[in-house]
Amino acid sequence: MTTRTTAIPAASDEAAIEIVKLNKWYGTFHVLRDIDLVVGKGERIVIAGPSGSGKSTLIRCINRLEEHQSGKIIVDGTELTHDLKNIDKVRSEVGMVFQHFNLFPHLTILENCTLAPIWVRKIPKREAEETAMHFLTKVKIPEQAHKYPGQLSGGQQQRVAIARALCMRPRIMLFDEPTSALDPEMIKEVLDTMIELAEDGMTMLCVTHEMGFAQAVAHRVIFMDQGQIVEQNTPKEFFNNPRSERTKLFLSQILGH
Amino acid sequence: MSETHSETVAYVRETMLPPEPPPLAETGAIKWLRENLFSGPLNIALTFVGLGIVWLVVSTVGPWLSHSVWNAGSMAECRQIIAQTWGEGATGACFALIKHRWNQFLFGFYPQALYWRPVLAFGLLFLALAPVLFSESTKARRVVLGLSLALTFVFAALLGAPMGALLGMAVLMLLWAALIETRPRWSLLASLAYPFIAVWLLWGGSLWSEAMVLAGFCLGFVVWRLLAARFGLLAFALAVMATAAWWLLLAGPLASVLAGVLPLRLRPVSSDQFGGFVLSITIGVAGIALSLPLGVILALARRSDLPVIKLLAVMFIEFIRGVPLITLLFVASLLLNYFLPPGTNFDIILRVIIMVTLFAAAYMAEVIRGGLAALPKGQYEAADALGLDYWKAQRLIVLPQALKISIPGIVSTFIGMFKDTTLVVFVGLFDPLKAMADTIRASFEWKGAYWEPYIFVGAIFFILCFGMSRYSMYLERRLKRDHH
Repeated sequence: MTTRTTAIPAASDEAAIEIVKLNKWYGTFHVLRDIDLVVGKGERIVIAGPSGSGKSTLIRCINRLEEHQSGKIIVDGTELTHDLKNIDKVRSEVGMVFQHFNLFPHLTILENCTLAPIWVRKIPKREAEETAMHFLTKVKIPEQAHKYPGQLSGGQQQRVAIARALCMRPRIMLFDEPTSALDPEMIKEVLDTMIELAEDGMTMLCVTHEMGFAQAVAHRVIFMDQGQIVEQNTPKEFFNNPRSERTKLFLSQILGH
Repeated sequence: MSETHSETVAYVRETMLPPEPPPLAETGAIKWLRENLFSGPLNIALTFVGLGIVWLVVSTVGPWLSHSVWNAGSMAECRQIIAQTWGEGATGACFALIKHRWNQFLFGFYPQALYWRPVLAFGLLFLALAPVLFSESTKARRVVLGLSLALTFVFAALLGAPMGALLGMAVLMLLWAALIETRPRWSLLASLAYPFIAVWLLWGGSLWSEAMVLAGFCLGFVVWRLLAARFGLLAFALAVMATAAWWLLLAGPLASVLAGVLPLRLRPVSSDQFGGFVLSITIGVAGIALSLPLGVILALARRSDLPVIKLLAVMFIEFIRGVPLITLLFVASLLLNYFLPPGTNFDIILRVIIMVTLFAAAYMAEVIRGGLAALPKGQYEAADALGLDYWKAQRLIVLPQALKISIPGIVSTFIGMFKDTTLVVFVGLFDPLKAMADTIRASFEWKGAYWEPYIFVGAIFFILCFGMSRYSMYLERRLKRDHH
């Protein structure tokens, strides 16, 4: 795990995301129960928890990939309701990186990165390509720009996915287990990219099991179980002094070997 | 090395092994025969049964084909020639019939002097399709363009096109090909105009009436583009109304005024003179071109979140698929006459095209729905997460991939539909297989010819369908996006 100690900017007090009394059900199954969460601008939060605890569902609610049934989600001053315009507005300002990359296999790397800027942001093609090359350079794969996703390794694909999200110039980035589908040798390259992003002061919400990453960049670690926030704290306190029994059990299981 | 390993647990490889070619397997014909034909008692028996069947077919059909006669004026003359050359009781094919009557198989009762018009329409079809079908490969496109230009010109000349027509044709085709090569995007507009040119060439009459229909579409499109941003769906309704008003009120008078100024007329040919492959290909191409977009819309509608739209799509698809095509054709030819106001002249070929299109579109919708369902959910989510709205996501992300997956099914549907065009015989149109063969057989000279027309028509159908099939395989190879 990278343990870089560059100055990582602190969070401001202004809220980027406000979640109030959020509840969500899948059929009769209560996935998210009374979630309250305020994310400051520039804040980086790592969400951990056992599988089925609702952590992915929570961040997928933030860009409305999942619909919530009660409570409020306000992203960058826009409340998520059934209004499609608001949803599109939020989505164009929130970037998302998925566990399985979800690159578009029929488009080249460059086209993957320029598609949304051209069609959603209405940026001229040449400008969008320049931006795309800028971010591809940043994630260190500019030479792959004209290949197709199927020709890249998992780690490279995930870095393209990060670049693709960044090309929309988002204010908030959501990561849904970005390294869980990768070979161990490729995890580092993706985490390094994410750490660099953190150094630029991006607001980040990251569902991950990479506890080293949490210690290196997170302002706050949130531990979820059974659809609820069980504990949250600074990474230092969270790992050294877990308070709830559930957290202790979880940490002993993932760090214990 | 292995000894070292057994003695100590620690082991470090000092040199990496280079890759080596696989061992030379035994190859050759004997091995192939043993493995594939004589691998066991059952397979040995089946091999001999198979050989027997092949022998039976070849020994019956072989002499019949090798005794075939190509030069004769009638069936009786054929038989006489065969009996003279191969002895009494010998059988032989009488392909002289094809040599005599090929034009009816191809053109039906289309006026002989005007054969060049369907030929030109068919040649232009490839010009219209080339920029769409071969957008990925310049080389393939040039070969297709060159071939269609040359063949169209040669055949039109052989079939007696007048000098002026040949000249105009050459200029038109060369200009169009140049447009495709220099401005591929603009040439798509020409492709969109192709149906109107083809209708004019096939049915004749004044070019201005087709031009007015086209102008109606353009008007509707312009109205929609201008108003879409402000009125949304209402703009679409307004565009439809503007188009309808144009066609009903202005198009007719304007067409006659323009025809008065510049008469661009071809000799009209009525629908009942159509027949043979001109009819089949007209219906088939129109059905193919119309059923694909309609099928896409139906497939999307069936997966829609809006219950009303979904229900309508399901009802339409299930109803059309549940009814034989012949039923729909009867509806087209008989029932519509009762429902339409008396005196309406609603062309029978147009009616058949509509029914065939609806029928193929229902199948197409299900094929495409399969492609849509095969796309991983992550693709939809990634498109959503990037802020693409429904239509953009469908157009840019979902459909390109879903259609690519569906290519084999789509082309199968096309091929099936094209062969189904022979069913128009049931509504009194002259399809090449049944109606034309019967017509020719009913003549005094060719009474008693049985297999020959079917073989000829079957061979042409096979060439056309096989061509479509090969194209679909080419396209699949072209669109492969991994491991190259």
